[in-house]
Amino acid sequence: MNTRYALIRGQRPSSSAQAALQRKPRWHEMAIQGFLFFCGALSILTTAGIVLILGRESWLFFRSPEVSLREFLGTTKWQPSIGQFGIWPLVNATMMTTFFALLVALPLGLCTAIYLSEYASERVRSSLKPVLELLAGIPTVVYGYFALTFVTPLLRGILGRDVVEIYNTASAGIVIGILILPLITSMAEDALNAVPRSLREASYALGATRLETAATIVLPAATSGVAAAIILAISRAVGETMIVAIAAGAGPAFTFNPFKAAETMTGHIVRISGGDLSYDSMDYNSLFAIGLVLFLITFALNIVSRWFVQRFREVYE
Amino acid sequence: MTAIHVLTATARLAPVQALAAARCESDCALEARQLSVYYGAFRAVKDVSLKIQRQKITALIGPSGCGKSTFLRALNRMNDLIPGSRTEGEVIFEGCNIYAPGVDPVEVRRRIGMVFQKPNPFPKSVYDNIAWAARINGFRGNMDDLVEQSLRQAALWDEVKDKLRQSALALSGGQQQRLCIARAIAIRPEIILMDEPASALDPIATLKIEDLMHELVKNYTIIIVTHNMQQAARVSDYTAFLMMDEDRAGYLVEYGPTDEVFTNPKDRRTEEYITGRFG
Ligand SMILES: Nc1ncnc2c1ncn2[C@@H]1O[C@H](COP(=O)(O)OP(=O)(O)OP(=O)(O)O)[C@@H](O)[C@H]1O
Ligand SMILES: [Mg+2]
Repeated sequence: MNTRYALIRGQRPSSSAQAALQRKPRWHEMAIQGFLFFCGALSILTTAGIVLILGRESWLFFRSPEVSLREFLGTTKWQPSIGQFGIWPLVNATMMTTFFALLVALPLGLCTAIYLSEYASERVRSSLKPVLELLAGIPTVVYGYFALTFVTPLLRGILGRDVVEIYNTASAGIVIGILILPLITSMAEDALNAVPRSLREASYALGATRLETAATIVLPAATSGVAAAIILAISRAVGETMIVAIAAGAGPAFTFNPFKAAETMTGHIVRISGGDLSYDSMDYNSLFAIGLVLFLITFALNIVSRWFVQRFREVYE
Repeated sequence: MTAIHVLTATARLAPVQALAAARCESDCALEARQLSVYYGAFRAVKDVSLKIQRQKITALIGPSGCGKSTFLRALNRMNDLIPGSRTEGEVIFEGCNIYAPGVDPVEVRRRIGMVFQKPNPFPKSVYDNIAWAARINGFRGNMDDLVEQSLRQAALWDEVKDKLRQSALALSGGQQQRLCIARAIAIRPEIILMDEPASALDPIATLKIEDLMHELVKNYTIIIVTHNMQQAARVSDYTAFLMMDEDRAGYLVEYGPTDEVFTNPKDRRTEEYITGRFG
């Protein structure tokens, strides 16, 4: 009667049953598949395009006789006006702001994550999380002025006006730390939450306290996720622009003193590109070289974080 | 042997209620008195009173959802960890009500250990699974000896002696479960609670666990939840049968020596359940 059930009943398929088994094009399905592929391809192409432009402009920069890769990576003065292109002052400032950001965000973020996932009651958790998300929603320009008009005066008040300059990498870094705090917290909390309940129960059933369970069972089991959270937060801190542009300083300076002004890679790029810059000038091309270095740093961080996630993924399965 | 003394000497229950509460007879290891457990407003266990005999195996049987696990977890305060759960009644352990104010649940769990239905070794090495448990309980003796001794008691030593430094997750399910048992006995509890410890295992691994229980009961009191009637009949000395009432609250129907419960049950419902004529 119904050819679709003929096979199930074990009867020999008639020719019409064979026809029913033939592959038929499903236009609807194909259209959706095509669209999804297009979306995926678009994001890959965009990335490729950006890398290509970065690479080409940087190539123009390094090809010119005024600069060599050796000078770029080997000297510590960045003064395009007199033809000096040593990237280290910029990289150094970026590392200092990132360091201060992590100094704030790592301990605070990890402790908050552990508190939220292991200690907090449902009520506390549901009121603390929105606050953190609010923190993540504040525009970075507001953070920038927060650094300049609140954190810097605070530092100057504590450490002395002659020690702390008005523009300095420390206060920018501290505020970047506040900026990435929600990122670290929520990702680390996700990682901690993903640790199966059964592990915690095993630990408690053996007479472990909350602290012993959190520190020696849950945290180690969540290593990969927590590490990924930290690395992602580092790349966010490295790439942060507005805060450093406002609060860190406006001139490349090679200094290890966090209370002096210095300019990070991102800060330098916005300041220079904001001015009247002619295309194809050395200054203009140098920005792409800096951009390329930034890209390579975050790219490397991403690879490390992927490696971490993969390396420890199966740990509790 | 010294390890046993060290551990039990360091882990003493708060003596708050020691005098107030009546002592069990010497052959009673644990007693539930009118024990009720709630999840929010839902009562999962209703007024269960039960005396667990020392150095015997007691089986808890009953239909799914009747509150066996809940009752078991109430015996070492594991339910404390579930938000919204609440316990009424008393559990008397060594003359103390473990729910009395001032009793530390961490101490209770050190002395009333638990093995879960699904093996849950830590993502650490075989050795560290046991060493970690002993260390947090203040063990100061020779760790290598303790690990070996615990693994031997759990009938696992020969299978893992060459893989002590490998991840416990690389073991088979049955081996993992025996590792969990080894870990539980490494801290020398007085009572071991087992929630369907063999339900995820094949018949051979199951038999190994049952043999192991016969071995362990010489030193420990064991309470086991099982869905397997043959297993209950094979391993246990006493059997408690629980059921649900109209409100899905679990209550105790019958409790007695296993041969009596299985060959000559007093309650019609027990008979129906055991012979499989009932949910
Ligand atoms: N964490 C919890 N929150 C709310 N209700 C729960 C929780 N755990 C169990 N319950 C409920 O309590 C009742 C008893 O559950 P329990 O797990 O103790 O049953 P059980 O007898 O062990 O069943 P099974 O034999 O299937 O393991 C069930 O109705 C269950 O839905
Ligand atoms: Mg259960």
